[in-house]
Amino acid sequence: MNIHEYQGKQIFARYGIPISKGYPAFTVEEAEAAAKKLIAETGSEVVVIKAQIHAGGRGKGGGVKVAKGLAAAKEHASKILGMQLVTHQTTAAGQKVRRLYVEQGQDIKRELYLGMVVDREKRRVAVMASTEGGVEIEHVAETSPEKIITEHIDPLLGMAAFQARKIAYALKIGEGSPDPKKSVAQFVKTLMALGELFVKEDCSLCEVNPLIVTSTGDIVALDAKLNLDENAEARHPEWAALRDVDEEDPVELEAKKTGLSYVSLEGNIGCLVNGAGLAMSTMDIIKHYGGEPANFLDVGGGANKEQVTKAFKMILSSDKVKGIFVNIFGGIMKCDIIAEGVVSATKELGLKVPLVVRLEGTNVEEGKKILQSSGLAIQAADNMGDGARKIVALVKGAS
Amino acid sequence: MSVLVGKETKVVFQGITGSAGSFHAAQCIAYGTDVVAGVTPNRGGETFEAKGPTGQAVKLPVYDTVAEAVKLAGANTSCIFVPPLGAADAILESLDAGCNLVVCITEGIPVMDMIRVRRALESSKARLIGPNCPGIITPGSCKIGIMPGHIHRPGKIGVVSKSGTLTYEAVGQLTALGLGQSTCIGIGGDPVGGLDFIDCLKLFNEDEGTEAVIMMGEIGGNAEIDAAHWIKANMKKPVAGFIAGGTAPAGKRMGHAGAIISGGKGTAAEKIAALQAAGVKVAPTPAELGVTLKSLL
Repeated sequence: MNIHEYQGKQIFARYGIPISKGYPAFTVEEAEAAAKKLIAETGSEVVVIKAQIHAGGRGKGGGVKVAKGLAAAKEHASKILGMQLVTHQTTAAGQKVRRLYVEQGQDIKRELYLGMVVDREKRRVAVMASTEGGVEIEHVAETSPEKIITEHIDPLLGMAAFQARKIAYALKIGEGSPDPKKSVAQFVKTLMALGELFVKEDCSLCEVNPLIVTSTGDIVALDAKLNLDENAEARHPEWAALRDVDEEDPVELEAKKTGLSYVSLEGNIGCLVNGAGLAMSTMDIIKHYGGEPANFLDVGGGANKEQVTKAFKMILSSDKVKGIFVNIFGGIMKCDIIAEGVVSATKELGLKVPLVVRLEGTNVEEGKKILQSSGLAIQAADNMGDGARKIVALVKGAS
Repeated sequence: MSVLVGKETKVVFQGITGSAGSFHAAQCIAYGTDVVAGVTPNRGGETFEAKGPTGQAVKLPVYDTVAEAVKLAGANTSCIFVPPLGAADAILESLDAGCNLVVCITEGIPVMDMIRVRRALESSKARLIGPNCPGIITPGSCKIGIMPGHIHRPGKIGVVSKSGTLTYEAVGQLTALGLGQSTCIGIGGDPVGGLDFIDCLKLFNEDEGTEAVIMMGEIGGNAEIDAAHWIKANMKKPVAGFIAGGTAPAGKRMGHAGAIISGGKGTAAEKIAALQAAGVKVAPTPAELGVTLKSLL
């Protein structure tokens, strides 16, 4: 689960991580009021208007503007709010900006990169830092991997101060600072706090890009990108308020509420499968035979009739779907439950496109009987390859 | 012959009184697995009733702790059906109690919990399978998990996979071709878990009862590439493979928490290339898992 920069910074503040003063705004008026407040509080005319969308690369896309004075701040806010912001992480259509963050300006001396991720190979949280702040870390990793400093956190000991110091000296935090000792101390404190935050808040990623050293030698987190581990949602009731449904695919969101795993794709063959690996493989085999999958849909192991019905309805109601392939290898999932769900959804919405069903495993005979006696125009498949070939041929024949 | 589990395996089910736990404990008992006890905190003293392979009544003691199940019922292996937020603690409990194998079926455990579990495993001799996996089966003698037992046949093919239903697909195809399985291990699709591909390949490499291995991986992470390097250097037996997710878009989680292409890394294409370079025969489609392996024998 992704959250906005301003929400991430509110969490940062709770852990004592230094951030700029700032206020979220949902309207131009609120943005103007926020800028006015900031100018009064900081005594500086410089404020930054930042688009709040979940995708990165906002600055390059024109979603972050520095304004001098209230009038300029208002003008930028009115331009950014409501715009379709296109970045390298959004679709070509971009993401509509519905929220702003108005922040005090900073006198930046140096920009650094700081990131924390779960390192799957080491099975630990990795802290990565680089002097190349403001640049995409993937780019640094490719062109100059030696510039990335990495430390792994022992889950029992937590981030150790010496590790934070190692990173601080490798980045030469003190260089150019009027008070190098202060800068190092602030950096170490910030890193220790981030380490604690990452674990306690159940993050899967935390990026501060850039982390800056100001002209006074102070350390400030100028950005905050947090991804939260959805598996931990049940122990974080506060996350409900952080979720921004405008930033999520409505169909995927609806699927999640029903306990299904769904990803929209570009093609026209809808798939209903049990199990993530088989669902991915089903997409692959459709493509192999010259078709294009419209979605990834895993109904999971223990789905009931209602969930299957819901899942099948989601596929049926999509305009782009020109054919459907149901591919089930029942283990815990019983084939008759799948068949009942398919029949019940079809009765409600009708079946206007070809449907190929492959059933295997637990209660397969019962499942086949339900489909046969339903009177629906269903093509049965003997196996996965047979089913994929059939649906691709049917969809191609119809178009 | 087989790896990790067999006739000597004595299983305790953690979470045996829950709906999934009780259903699958009964299924495993019916398959012939030597299930010796169940554990659910605050339910100690109850009895779990099921039917064995010949329909005979089986009555198992339910304990409050795994330690009791090990001490009083002789359990050496644990199978976990505990809800996600309690599952990591359940794994730690079975390690502490002295189980030498822990099979965790639970899906949805927070990754931070699994990082702590991995740390605990460093100072333990026990092995963990999963989480978020179908479990492990040595056909004809021991099934621990949720896989449909009837599709398996005893034989000489080792199966290791990140995905449950894709494993069934492979097993179904193998069995249909008359190829039985020595042991099938579902290692799960989480970013941080227990045994990985290399651990399982090592076991199969040394198992006299295994002639060839089929491994099914998927997008995300590096495990299949590391396995490819290991195979090239060490594997004495033929290996067939498959990688799911060739058509998956980057940056999207495909069901499994670990199945995501991030930063252009972990694609099916790079994994397939690595496996092929290591001499693994990669099935062109998931409908050809069985025949691909058969062509190696």
